[in-house]
Amino acid sequence: MSLVQKSLKDLSTAFQAGEITSREITEAFIAEIEARDSEINAFVTTTFDLAREMADASDSRYNNDTLLSDLDGMPVTLKDVVCTAGVKTTASSNILKDFVPPYNATVWQKLKDAGAVLLGKVNTDEFTMGVSTETSAFGVTKNPHDLTKVSGGSSGGSAAAVAANFCVASIGTDTGGSIRQPAHFCGCTGLKVSYGRVSRWGTIPMASSLDSVGCLAKTAEDCAMVLEVIAGRDVKDSTTPPESVPKYTECLEQPLKGLRIGIPQEYFIEGIDDEIVSVVDSTKAILENLGAKVVDVSLPHTKYGIAAYYIIAPSEISANLSRYDGIRYGSAVEGNSLEEIYTQTREQGFGDEVKRRILIGTYALSAGYYDAYYRKAQKVRTLVKQDFDNAFEEVDALLAPIFPTTAFEVGRDPDPLRDYIEDILTIPANLAGICGVAVPIGKSKAGLPIGVQFLCKAFAEDRALNIAHQIEQTLS
Amino acid sequence: MLTQDEVRHIAKLAKINLTEADVERLAPQISGILDYFAILEEVDTEGVLETSQVTGLESVTRSDEIHMSEIEAALVNCTPHQVEDNSVKIPKIM
Repeated sequence: MSLVQKSLKDLSTAFQAGEITSREITEAFIAEIEARDSEINAFVTTTFDLAREMADASDSRYNNDTLLSDLDGMPVTLKDVVCTAGVKTTASSNILKDFVPPYNATVWQKLKDAGAVLLGKVNTDEFTMGVSTETSAFGVTKNPHDLTKVSGGSSGGSAAAVAANFCVASIGTDTGGSIRQPAHFCGCTGLKVSYGRVSRWGTIPMASSLDSVGCLAKTAEDCAMVLEVIAGRDVKDSTTPPESVPKYTECLEQPLKGLRIGIPQEYFIEGIDDEIVSVVDSTKAILENLGAKVVDVSLPHTKYGIAAYYIIAPSEISANLSRYDGIRYGSAVEGNSLEEIYTQTREQGFGDEVKRRILIGTYALSAGYYDAYYRKAQKVRTLVKQDFDNAFEEVDALLAPIFPTTAFEVGRDPDPLRDYIEDILTIPANLAGICGVAVPIGKSKAGLPIGVQFLCKAFAEDRALNIAHQIEQTLS
Repeated sequence: MLTQDEVRHIAKLAKINLTEADVERLAPQISGILDYFAILEEVDTEGVLETSQVTGLESVTRSDEIHMSEIEAALVNCTPHQVEDNSVKIPKIM
């Protein structure tokens, strides 16, 4: 196994044993990126000089016996919505194409304080709105398993970077499935945290009541290592509850014997690929072999999740993205009046999908429509959440497919409503604020990865990672 | 069905300039999506409370202390416009 194929855990162990330096690890990833990213396009910005500097600093700390954490010296990437002081942060949008933030997002500050090395910023759908990175202003990120396929979205750059061995782990965001779906498409492990588990401060928002900041890596154990560093209350993000942060890496080995796992029947929607269903079946068999009891459960409001989400999210988007007015930051189109600057900057700076969502949100929130759309959607959100509350009375976790298909082809016919409906298997978890892990299980006949998701109640990341780890151990 | 005039009106509210081609393309797409939302009419939400956030946190406060930002000038300098006296210079509004 080459160095870049190794897990975060293995590289960290080798580094701390003095078998390899952070500089050597970092150079190996840089060489891999230089050799292959021209065809994959995972990166929006590379920060190799900074990475070498940070790696050398880690090596000095190793030599002085002052390592900061198990992530010290480990090369990571960040989805390009995570603000990085002095490093361009674009949200893959023309409106921020030259934006250099003067501060770090909390998630990056924590990783930096833990000694992680930054290799660069990776691609996303524009402002995280999409399922394939095809709405990025900087081109699609291709799937490392098949370059004719998309990497998924919106955290497609993160998933491709992990799958292509361009980094040990990548920070992504999941508002409606944006970590789990690309993890499924690219065959990596993706952790969607509970709402509020990780600070959103400094991460460019899409829909503030749904956004979550998580990570993608090669294994659940690696995700646990990252989560230990990035989780916790942040005074700058008042939606982070003062829940304690368990030692996630110490919860992985718990046997699954006696655990109750539910399979939501509503997730086997019409049109779902047989290969996806059969991977869920084989995962069920593994769980039963490990001593878990797998039962059918019902989440009756699942099919209404899409409509509720695509009212609530665009409403929050229309409010959140009003800040891009061409005045305080980002690019601007010159005009003779403020109105001209606003309207032309937003016309030229935003792509079609962002405009579509802003317009839908503006409509849903406008006078006369608020009750019919936004208020109704928030009530349905309550029912979707109650479905999960009821299910978690009966079971410890849910096992479900992530997406109806494997990675689809680059450049398929555009159809916004179809793209929205395909999110049906990931969106309900965001509406309810619960956590989940996407785990790679198998491959299709065409050789494309297939994953499943384990969903657990809010702040039960330890349980979700435990199950994911046990499954991965069985498969490896 | 959302008319093209309605799309122009929403775009005005959202402060996005749209070309005629944009309006022609977006109107049927947005209409289709709004039509899909009608599925929610099937759901009985009588007496159901709205969920606007999921943490259960209420009235999160912090002590009322002044902290100076150390990056004030850097923040102002993010503007694409001219900066004068630590302020962004914009076209006249009156």
